[in-house]
Amino acid sequence: MAQIELKNVQKFFGPVQVIKDMNLTINDGEFVVMLGQSGCGKTTTLRAIAGLETVTSGEIFIDGVAVHEKKAADRDIAFVFQSFSLYPHMNVYENIAFPLRAVGMSNAERDKAVKEVAEILQITALLDRRPSALAGGDMQRVAIGRALVRRPKALLMDEPIGALDAKLREEMRSEIKRLHISRGSTSVYVTHDQIEAMSLADRIVIMHDGLLQQIGAPDEVYLKPANLFVAEFVGSPVMNVADVVLETSGGQTRVRLGRGDAGFHFPAGLTNHLRETGAGIALGIRPEAVSLQHDAKDGYIPVETTNIEPLGSHDIVDIRLGDISLRARTESGFVSGEGQQVWVKIDPAQAHFFDRSSGLALRGQS
Amino acid sequence: MAGIRTRQEVFFNRAAIAGVMVALFIMLVPIYWITSTAFKPRNLATTIPPTVIFTPEISPFVKLFTKRSQLRDPVSQEIYDAAPWWEQMVFDGGQKVVRSNKGVVRRSGYGQRFVNSLIIAITSTFLAVSMGTLTAYGFSRFKVKGEDDWMFFILSTRMLPPVVVAIPMFLMYRLVGLHDTHIGLIILYTAFNLSFSVWLMKGFIDEIPREYEEAALVDGYTRMQAFFKIVLPEAMTGIAATAVFCFITAWNEYAFALIMTNRRAQTAPPFIPSQIGSGLPDWTVIAAGTFLFLLPVAIFTFLLRNHLLRGMSFGAIRK
Repeated sequence: MAQIELKNVQKFFGPVQVIKDMNLTINDGEFVVMLGQSGCGKTTTLRAIAGLETVTSGEIFIDGVAVHEKKAADRDIAFVFQSFSLYPHMNVYENIAFPLRAVGMSNAERDKAVKEVAEILQITALLDRRPSALAGGDMQRVAIGRALVRRPKALLMDEPIGALDAKLREEMRSEIKRLHISRGSTSVYVTHDQIEAMSLADRIVIMHDGLLQQIGAPDEVYLKPANLFVAEFVGSPVMNVADVVLETSGGQTRVRLGRGDAGFHFPAGLTNHLRETGAGIALGIRPEAVSLQHDAKDGYIPVETTNIEPLGSHDIVDIRLGDISLRARTESGFVSGEGQQVWVKIDPAQAHFFDRSSGLALRGQS
Repeated sequence: MAGIRTRQEVFFNRAAIAGVMVALFIMLVPIYWITSTAFKPRNLATTIPPTVIFTPEISPFVKLFTKRSQLRDPVSQEIYDAAPWWEQMVFDGGQKVVRSNKGVVRRSGYGQRFVNSLIIAITSTFLAVSMGTLTAYGFSRFKVKGEDDWMFFILSTRMLPPVVVAIPMFLMYRLVGLHDTHIGLIILYTAFNLSFSVWLMKGFIDEIPREYEEAALVDGYTRMQAFFKIVLPEAMTGIAATAVFCFITAWNEYAFALIMTNRRAQTAPPFIPSQIGSGLPDWTVIAAGTFLFLLPVAIFTFLLRNHLLRGMSFGAIRK
């Protein structure tokens, strides 16, 4: 198991820069998830670590050894592809044994290693089958088995469960996590699915347009997004973002949303740091921090509901506040229909402020 | 849907079967014609209407492999009785087998020509397919500067009818001593098939997902090993199809074989028509030569039939 380090890595495809000055250290035994939309450079980064892609400039170290000039075969890492890419002309046993044949292991040792991995992944019964005769989840297990059998320094996974259906995806997700905990392998996992990222990662690396946006533990990324992109990308349903105007008078700040008159009172302590930045501030508030009431209460503003999405465990209610729309998370059946009048308040402690022009989070000392 | 067919579908299905049968009939009649003629006595080969029911005999094959001369008078009964069975067949046809001084039967050149055909067709097919596969792999997997132009150039070698260059080729071959040599025809057929092989194999290799090789590369194999262990088995279908086409082209080639060779390296196609004989043409010998000539291609295609049916590699990768 090993530490992986990227230093000032850049990658161009022709004139297009897909990785922009990437610096990243992945610790020994850590499970790091690279999260981003398609085309953000996350897969290219992973392939660069694996040696399937050369880097234009910069360095990559595995366990302190520079590997960016080395061939993929000499880096001692394993890769799980989204397509699984099991060799169709070999059965499951041969697929798993294939990496071991490259290193010239004795037959008995190889057989033992393959059976051990098959045991862990519960695919012993499938060893004689051809890949084409496997179900999606089992293909995935075989692909992971092929990656683990050699005990590589690191395990790289490129959307390994993206091709599976929802139920199986959830099952495999917890299986991958269980496997990581029991084996403690350094893992880098690429996905565009934030739920996968949140549930699996020790640390999440969020990328956008080839640039690192934020690196942090799942709750850190969720609770303290570094910028507007992260704020809107992480979390489902997405965070409400609205332009705001701040009016301060006597220890209290009124945060006015949009162009309307309606505003919420914030303790001055939470907004003091915002004054110097001047105009162009955006407020980000997650739906669970928007609370609704049926009656008028202190600090609540009357609004009308415009849409309701019942999701079983809870509802997502859209409300219109002046010229902006907010989404609130309520208990199921809290609002019975559209066009209903309710009262809304946001939780100042869970509010995020961003600089509109740079997108960066504006945070006080806390 | 399954199992239930509308009246329209049943009709189209039957029409399709009928169409296939007609096409099959049209294609099989010449093969039947040649095969039956190859086993006919000489006097039945050209009857009008054609003789369909006859006692098959192998005298055409005896004639094919021997040198004969015309008999002016029928041989005496003693000579006839003393002759082996196969020579009697030739006597029956009004001919006798030419013997050398030592009494050994003079063999015709067919056997040697047939072996030449096998050597030249198999070697040139092997060369064209292996070089074509490697070239196609390079074009498919690596960035080649001016790839489209190169591919067009390779294709352009097939744009001229080959016979157009026959005379200059003949002069060059004579100059460098490749005239009437096996290697000469092998080079010629390889060059002729190569462009076809590259184009066909590129199509097949393009279809093999790169991830297979990438998986092998990450798993500790070199690109060469990945090519032999992963790409080649996956490309088997394409290789088989390409090999069949190249083999048929090289096997059937007539014009260059006629011009470039005359004895040592001559293949079967130019030899067969030369056996028509003097005087009355003996079509049964031609048919016998043609019948034997058809067999290798039929066997070769039959052996590769499983590879020619695609489907082995489907379903193993998720897209």
